[in-house]
Amino acid sequence: MIASLRSFAARLTGLAISTFARFMTAPRAIWHGIEPVPRQRVYFANHASNGDFVLLWTALPSPLRRQTRPVAALDYWLTSPLRAFIGRDVFNAVLIDRRPEARTEDPVAQMVAALDQGSSLIIFPEGQRNSSDAPLLPFKSGLYHLARARPQVDLVPVWIANLNRVMPKGEIIPVPLICTLTFGAPIHVEPEETRDAFLARATRALLALTPPAAA
Amino acid sequence: MTSPHLLWLLAGVGTILVLASVIGEILRLRLSPAGENPVIENLNARINAWWVMVICLALAFIAGKPGVVLLFALCSFAALREFMTLTTHNRADHWSLVACFFLILPLQYWFIATDWYGMYSIFIPVYAFLLLPVASALRGSTRDFLIRVSETQWALMICVYCASHVPALLYLQIPGFEGRNVILIAYLIFVVQLSDVLQYVWGKLLGRTSVAPTLSPSKTWEGLIGGTLSATAIGTALYWMTPFSPLEAAGMCLLITLMGFFGGLVMSAIKRDRGIKDWGHLIAGHGGFLDRLDSVIFAAPIFFHVTRWVWSTT
Repeated sequence: MIASLRSFAARLTGLAISTFARFMTAPRAIWHGIEPVPRQRVYFANHASNGDFVLLWTALPSPLRRQTRPVAALDYWLTSPLRAFIGRDVFNAVLIDRRPEARTEDPVAQMVAALDQGSSLIIFPEGQRNSSDAPLLPFKSGLYHLARARPQVDLVPVWIANLNRVMPKGEIIPVPLICTLTFGAPIHVEPEETRDAFLARATRALLALTPPAAA
Repeated sequence: MTSPHLLWLLAGVGTILVLASVIGEILRLRLSPAGENPVIENLNARINAWWVMVICLALAFIAGKPGVVLLFALCSFAALREFMTLTTHNRADHWSLVACFFLILPLQYWFIATDWYGMYSIFIPVYAFLLLPVASALRGSTRDFLIRVSETQWALMICVYCASHVPALLYLQIPGFEGRNVILIAYLIFVVQLSDVLQYVWGKLLGRTSVAPTLSPSKTWEGLIGGTLSATAIGTALYWMTPFSPLEAAGMCLLITLMGFFGGLVMSAIKRDRGIKDWGHLIAGHGGFLDRLDSVIFAAPIFFHVTRWVWSTT
């Protein structure tokens, strides 16, 4: 009874959050060299705003959304009961610990386990929010290890444009502006490819999706 | 708010749409059975979107004044969201942008709903225009200041101020026309949008000479003259549902169809400058709200004020 109430509340909260995201950003998904079909995928995106995964989640067609879990920082999402409810129940996030000294589980092993259960994942390979002037921060190696562990899974680059203007860091109230999410052709790790070469290729694949007039 | 005349107009529009849907379906079966002809697909998407727009408008008319004010407030919101996405602004403008969406827009429509003419006709040009730059200036960023301020002001002017004159028509007091003001809105939108459609049709059939080649190759003199004149003729034939005589109706129709054309032209110039084809993507086949509303937005304030000066007692 409690469990079903909780899951109903989670669905309702999810609907409210994605409706709010649509109201603010009218997100437009552009599928460029890839189709929105229910295949197992790892969506990797640029990370400029706290709303990034909500928007990506909202922009996915609902059959895909149901099987997609964001990978999020446990040290952020478990700090309050409300955050824990949103992180665990609403988004069914794979919660990983970014602090090597404190963690009990290996983040890559957790992501692989989620993939093995059939889920798709949303990850931000920069590892933190980018508030610098550079378009992307250097990628962490997690994407590479994930690609090595499950080489058959599609790694789909997603460029999220404009969300950092909707809600610049430090502001409380968002401004409604249209956001565009460009999904690119999937990449896979080559058998002989080194970590640095793969991460450089993944970075280029993501940067190639930036809109021409992103000024 | 429904009146027999409104029902006639809606029935007429419904008939046109049924006809358009049937023709669209025949064309699809003949020329694009597997969805391979983009022109036919776009035509059908446009017709379907017209159904949705007409149904929304009809529902708002049934809901009465609050419904119409709310519908146009939401349209303004969507239009402003499209416009602001393209304007120059930086972090220092955050609060002035928030104010545009969540303070100025609701207040403007509140003044319309309470029929405070003296306020809604100056609120944005006086209060908003003077106070918004202050909010940006207090944050201290001077880079591109004049560009940022003026683009924000123009966005408000087009998307909120001008658009809000459509529901304002409900509050005019025209002797002998009481209780039928909703016809003014239906008539304005019908004639202007019909002119858009007919300009497109005449342009496709006969269009040779471009009006402004650098702006939009699809706007031709043949389309402009054919579209405005035929929309004016149809609008004039409907004079009996308006407060206008046939000659007055013809003059009004010519005025609003020309303003509608200018609206399309000006908004095309902005799109061309910013390197985009459409303002948005929410109205399938048409683009964004501004792509569909540009002509009505330019025609509405002029139609409102001319009607007010000549026919209204307020």
